[in-house]
Amino acid sequence: MGEVLIKNGVVYDPLNGVKGEKKDICIRDGKVVADVKNPKVIDAEGRVVMPGGVDIHSHIAGGKVNSGRLFRPEDGRKGVEAKTKVCRMQSGYSVPNTFATGYRYARMGYTFVMEAAMPPLAARHTHEELVDIPILDNAALPLLDNNWMTMEYVNSGDMDLLAAYMAWMIKATKGFGVKIVNPGGTEMWGWGKNCSLNDTVPTFDVTPAEIMKGLAEANEKFDMPHSIHVHTNMLGHPGNFEITKETYDLVKDIKPAKDRQVMHTTHTQFHSYGGTNWGDFESKADVIADYINQNDHATIDIGSIILGDTTTMTADGPMEYSLYQLTGRKWTNHDVELETGSGITPFLYSGKSPVNTIQWAIGQELALLVKDPWKLALTTDHPNAGPFIGYPIIISMLMSKKRRDESAEDMHKVIYDRAIYPSIDREYSLYEIAIITRGMAAKALGLHEHGKGHLGVGADGDVAIYDMSPEETDAGKIQKAFLNTKYTIKGGQIVVKDGEVVATPAGKTYFVTPECDDKLTDEMVVKLKDKFDRYYSVTYNNYAVQDAYVPNPYEIKAPWRS
Amino acid sequence: MVEVTDVVCSLCGCVCDDIVVEVEDNKVTKVKRGACSVGKSKLMGHNRIKSPAIRVNGELKDCSYDEAIKKAAEILAASRRPLLYGWSSTVCEADKVGVELAEEIGAVIDNTASVCHGPSVLAIQDVGLPSCTLGEVKNRADLIIYWGANPAEAHANHMKRYSYVSKGFWTEEGKKAKKLVIVDVRATKTSRMADVFLQIEQGKDYLVFSALRAMLYGHEDVVPDEVGGVSKTDLLETAEMMKAAKFGATFFGMGVTHTGARHNNIVNAIQMTRAAHTHTKFSITPMRGHYNVAGINQVCTWETGFPFAIDLTRGYAWYNPGELSATDLLIRQECDAALVIASDPGAHFPGESIKHLAKIPVIQIDPFPNPTTEFADVVFPVAVSGVEAEGNVYRMDNIPIRLRKLIDSEYPEDEEILKRILDEVRAIKEKEGN
Repeated sequence: MGEVLIKNGVVYDPLNGVKGEKKDICIRDGKVVADVKNPKVIDAEGRVVMPGGVDIHSHIAGGKVNSGRLFRPEDGRKGVEAKTKVCRMQSGYSVPNTFATGYRYARMGYTFVMEAAMPPLAARHTHEELVDIPILDNAALPLLDNNWMTMEYVNSGDMDLLAAYMAWMIKATKGFGVKIVNPGGTEMWGWGKNCSLNDTVPTFDVTPAEIMKGLAEANEKFDMPHSIHVHTNMLGHPGNFEITKETYDLVKDIKPAKDRQVMHTTHTQFHSYGGTNWGDFESKADVIADYINQNDHATIDIGSIILGDTTTMTADGPMEYSLYQLTGRKWTNHDVELETGSGITPFLYSGKSPVNTIQWAIGQELALLVKDPWKLALTTDHPNAGPFIGYPIIISMLMSKKRRDESAEDMHKVIYDRAIYPSIDREYSLYEIAIITRGMAAKALGLHEHGKGHLGVGADGDVAIYDMSPEETDAGKIQKAFLNTKYTIKGGQIVVKDGEVVATPAGKTYFVTPECDDKLTDEMVVKLKDKFDRYYSVTYNNYAVQDAYVPNPYEIKAPWRS
Repeated sequence: MVEVTDVVCSLCGCVCDDIVVEVEDNKVTKVKRGACSVGKSKLMGHNRIKSPAIRVNGELKDCSYDEAIKKAAEILAASRRPLLYGWSSTVCEADKVGVELAEEIGAVIDNTASVCHGPSVLAIQDVGLPSCTLGEVKNRADLIIYWGANPAEAHANHMKRYSYVSKGFWTEEGKKAKKLVIVDVRATKTSRMADVFLQIEQGKDYLVFSALRAMLYGHEDVVPDEVGGVSKTDLLETAEMMKAAKFGATFFGMGVTHTGARHNNIVNAIQMTRAAHTHTKFSITPMRGHYNVAGINQVCTWETGFPFAIDLTRGYAWYNPGELSATDLLIRQECDAALVIASDPGAHFPGESIKHLAKIPVIQIDPFPNPTTEFADVVFPVAVSGVEAEGNVYRMDNIPIRLRKLIDSEYPEDEEILKRILDEVRAIKEKEGN
């Protein structure tokens, strides 16, 4: 594949402690190396250079994303762009088509995206779409918390068998780790109901708290690269911050298998709400940030709001139903037998709405109040709090107090009474931005050990060169630079030049193989097969994702820790 | 003789995947269990198109695949308004190449949904679709409603595997503990099984949905004594059954999508489901016909942003059913060439559309001869997906399942033919300098 030399760049590579140093980056055969002999030279001319971006949580592929596209042709129309000699056709804003998803992320300098929720029974669908997303390396997290098998093992206390089930499912779905979404609540949604953290799920006689604790223990029985990835109960409900705190406490005493968190909680903005109803709704970002500051076992991503229209979608079926009842807009629901569910409804975040204003403030407050950026990743829970294409807006906000003050003036005045936002002076440095958009995400996913999120020797040759000087303070220029790179290099190949996509290599799909003892697996499979014989609508032998669905595999083995 | 289990049926939207067959000497010799009679017939095989052919002086003349591919590519490359239609009885891998071909030549790509559940898609785009997987119905539903559908004859395994007759976790007693409501304009094999059969007047579905919806919202006072040929008493009984159900599931078919108010029927059916949801858990699911019509909608949606009736002339996707659906294009005599794959417009389109189709060059890709073959100008026989070729399909509830290959075929797969046509079109365009 040849050699590339990026010279005269100012490099921000947090995983290697490189804080804006003038430094050459050498790439050979797609990997970062110490030196090169006969390279293609890219002169960065003093611009900002970072490792390729890593998104820890985004809904880009699979059943509910496509249901979102299907029922929102009005969104599809927003992003249309004709095919070019290099690129296929594009459509969509909050629910872009697969091609646009790859191009737009790459133009922002991202080279890895985690699909955040894969219903196991529909895993083939997720993979079919991931294959069709150009450029990006990817992975997907299977939903494992509302599964009858999980709840039955949690109920009986068979933690080893739970681990065997978890391992089997991650292998069967070609998944990356354990995703949890409204544990227990989505099962109860099968009957049109919901539950909170310590409620008992009927029939299965377990609480969401027990489910999460059980899955965290099971996860740490293997050398899993990632911790459990949690969307806890009562998302979007006023006063839910107490539940969020209690969720963190559940796993405080569990030792992680690797040097990382025991729990990653996602789109934490939606879980940091005070008040008792929408009338006295207020920010509790400070309380959540304090907890994260004082404890080391949990990390978060922010799920920051982008104002405007978007398409909300989650496996949290009851939450989407509540949202649809609030707005009266169209609503799709898709419950998945024995496993999970999903709901989708469009939503408009308006700066004129007091509730939306506080939500908008909370996401940024979390980023500004959590002191250690290694505990936090930048997300919009795409497309739930807004489309990923809005990341550069958030980056410019975090880097500029001036821009935040100006923006606050355009929001509902409630921002001055019930949010902490106006009082925060902190401004992010480019080094900190590099942490929350690549270094931290790679580390929390364990992908730094597999060449992602950094530029040390041996790392993947994934590089973003932003068209800005390290001294830039103009928020508008910062936003512009982060929207379209000068260059994005993926595996040593230039894929974006001057903001235009110039090559579209296929991405790799990363999946984890937890290695479980055969005897345990055999015992578990007896119970699992019974589920297929009696309750599933597909057979056991037709369930697992075949190799054909992952044409560019990257396998990570996770041995059992005894 | 080899016994093959977990065979997946490539006939209807049920996509039954627990079929057991016997294979001997590269032939399916017996379908031992799992399949309905139609599915069995497909698995066992029947008459096939024997050879690729090109029509010369009104007669189809056998030719080589190379010749047929050259001819097909010439037709498509020269066309100013090509239509690529069908796609529902093949696998997603082929559908993806179809979208790429459409993009390359600036075609309109449409699928059988436009003459089937296209109105359902329009309704979903208006109000969404509260639904669930078929296994969810099997395990939970104690009330099943089929509306404008006759599964006993059209989706023969549907009730047995997924709904009224099946037994699941909370439905161990099967149909004994369930209620079945059938709404149709005539008595059918299915309606004979019903606890309640509402025989409504042709074209009055919209009114009946409205009446039930009003009752579910507590406004029965506005409902007249008779609606669409059904008495208020019977409607009230049905509404009460819906409210009392622990989990209700409605399935609807062509009887609703293509009569009277068409897509507005489905909007109202979904609104009725939303109304029922204020009392209990309720879901609604279209009875998709072809085994992968849901799949071509999925592929078109993730690749173009839109599910059917997509015009790629501009280089990007332009979606406007009613203008760009295959039948409309043909009635306006707009297209000057067509590729038809895995479907039979010759048998199912309105006369005016077929008339134009018969006039223009038509390329057909199909394992089986059908009325479209009668006027096709280039014909490609292909392997039967699910018997001779594997690939991904989406069941009517959008669950993806991989078809299995049971025997080898002397014919190439759909995907291969399409790729070769695409390559040849690109070669022609390159030669022409565009």
